[in-house]
Amino acid sequence: MNHIKPDKYGYYGEFGGAFVPEMLYPNVKELQEHYEQIIQSDSFQKEFKSLLSDYVGRPTPLFFSKNLSAQFGAQIYLKREDLNHTGAHKINNAIGQVLLAKRLNKKRIIAETGAGQHGVATATVCALMNMDCTIFMGEIDIERQKPNVERMRILGAKVVAATSGSKTLKDATNEAIREWINNPVDTHYIIGSVVGPHPYPDLVAQFQSVISEEIKVQLKEKTGDEHPDYIIACMGGGSNAIGAFYHFIDNGKTKLIAVEAGGEGVNSGKTAATIALGKKGIIHGSKTYLIQTDDGQIIEPHSISAGLDYPGIGPIHAYLHDSGKAEVVNVTDQEALDAGFHLSKIDGIIPALESAHALAYLHKMTLKPSDVVVINLSGRGDKDMLTYQKFM
Amino acid sequence: MNRIDTRFQQKKNNLLSIYFTAGFPHLNDTLGIIKQLDEAGVDMIEIGFPFSDPLADGPVIQQSSGKAIANGITLKLLFEQLKDVRQHTQIPLILMGYMNPVLQFGEKEFFRKCKEIDIDGVILPDMPLVYFESKLKTMVEENNIANILLITPETGTERIHQIDNLSKGFVYMVSSNSITGGNKTMDVQTDYFNKIKDMNLKNPTLIGFGIKNKETYENACKYSNGAIIGTAFIEHLKQHGTKKESIQTFIKNIRK
Ligand SMILES: Cc1ncc(COP(=O)(O)O)c(C=O)c1O
Repeated sequence: MNHIKPDKYGYYGEFGGAFVPEMLYPNVKELQEHYEQIIQSDSFQKEFKSLLSDYVGRPTPLFFSKNLSAQFGAQIYLKREDLNHTGAHKINNAIGQVLLAKRLNKKRIIAETGAGQHGVATATVCALMNMDCTIFMGEIDIERQKPNVERMRILGAKVVAATSGSKTLKDATNEAIREWINNPVDTHYIIGSVVGPHPYPDLVAQFQSVISEEIKVQLKEKTGDEHPDYIIACMGGGSNAIGAFYHFIDNGKTKLIAVEAGGEGVNSGKTAATIALGKKGIIHGSKTYLIQTDDGQIIEPHSISAGLDYPGIGPIHAYLHDSGKAEVVNVTDQEALDAGFHLSKIDGIIPALESAHALAYLHKMTLKPSDVVVINLSGRGDKDMLTYQKFM
Repeated sequence: MNRIDTRFQQKKNNLLSIYFTAGFPHLNDTLGIIKQLDEAGVDMIEIGFPFSDPLADGPVIQQSSGKAIANGITLKLLFEQLKDVRQHTQIPLILMGYMNPVLQFGEKEFFRKCKEIDIDGVILPDMPLVYFESKLKTMVEENNIANILLITPETGTERIHQIDNLSKGFVYMVSSNSITGGNKTMDVQTDYFNKIKDMNLKNPTLIGFGIKNKETYENACKYSNGAIIGTAFIEHLKQHGTKKESIQTFIKNIRK
């Protein structure tokens, strides 16, 4: 499994690293020096696993969808991350990082959020663990994900609107990092995806890897073989995707497919399809692919789903893509919406618009009846009701 | 010899370095501001090349950067604007900005261009030390450019020495742990300032972040060779414009 471990400076091939100003160096260094030892300790693992099972409700089911299987002529399973407490995979990481912050004697948690799922997950765990919590959210996302804003407030978190730049996830991330610079000693920053400076991509990947760990066991039980032919996951920063891929990378069988948000089409100027359009550069402290101008200015992305509305991808995914270990594709806003409505009707599951991107890719595949396909259903669609309603 | 070193040899105290954002308030203000600052008697000038997502900057520099980008500034255009700058001034000039625009321009080409125009130093706040040592040091030195690095109140002693050893020109002392334009009071940093003073670094030091008037400037000068002002100057340009009198007044108020 050493293919998904970064080197000691945090690089996956040429991607990753820690491009942070000196003001952040001590914080990042503290994490780099301690995270592995803390995460691997028995006491940490015990507490983490017990919360995942008793508080989050893991393992999440692996559901065989008869209806999708019949429609697409393959064996299609849905990994039900939508059934986690708070409604998405994001809580796996939030629990891990709050436990880590506690062990680093931090008193206060800050986080960014796009769709609000990471913010809600973080606010939830902070309520449970009695930590002070501030969430940064783009002004535009506050509008389009209202229910999640209310949830965070009820949970006792302070929600701060990011009003700079494009007023979405990238800017909320900037604001959270600035807040961390201003409060370096007592505050831990919980980044919500496999992005950011080393060691964030690695630690978030480890916390999300429980997804593929469970898929292996569940598939073995259901089919006799722990390795599927395909795993499909949507990709914003890439945390649910890496979680679903983690234990299948380089297994010689499983094709790993990450689905980016094509927005209104990759050539429409309104897209968040990083691999389709991106060039190598530095965003939020790590070297990866990002959507930018020739002059290196980051271009404001667009996606109907707030959680995928990010102009970069995690450095692990840049590496997996360049080395051919994973394939990155994209679907449009409309294709995702259609897939979301369709799953609601045929299986009674309303998926998050992010997850609907992974489902939509089924239409673009050529499958055989024997193919075992696992789709990571990263979250539920409750937060997207306003958007779904608009297109009904 | 690099102009920055010469300046520190000629003058040991009360140096004043001014930061401004290229292409702000108007696209073609860059050269005019440099000339006015030189005439007003500042010791060094830091020309900020804008980035859309400046992580270490507060609202004022974020907005000036955003405006400059909207005005159409690019690194390429900035180099064009600065092409003949040495026909007008011999003041030490430093380019300051984030890594991503430099990467897209091409690192080698960036430093070559700096040399061609006769830029004296660069400050790239999000460039890691290991990256500098392994990737950029040779390039920077070949072009006789001073690489100026930052330290903060949280930087450990060993690392301060490491940074001092890798720096040329001066060491940039960030006054408090904050983004630019912060309001943390400077008196609580006396221990840090004294510590650095007592360490007798091989490079001179300038204190920046939060220096905004005569009082904060003079306080910084007590502990270092001088001070850097950015946010307050940009705020002044916004309110009073880029004309000669405006810039003269700002500098006079600092040094009166
Ligand atoms: C349900 C859901 N899926 C996916 C994502 C995208 O993030 P990532 O790519 O890190 O999994 C989000 C982000 O908010 C989300 O809420």
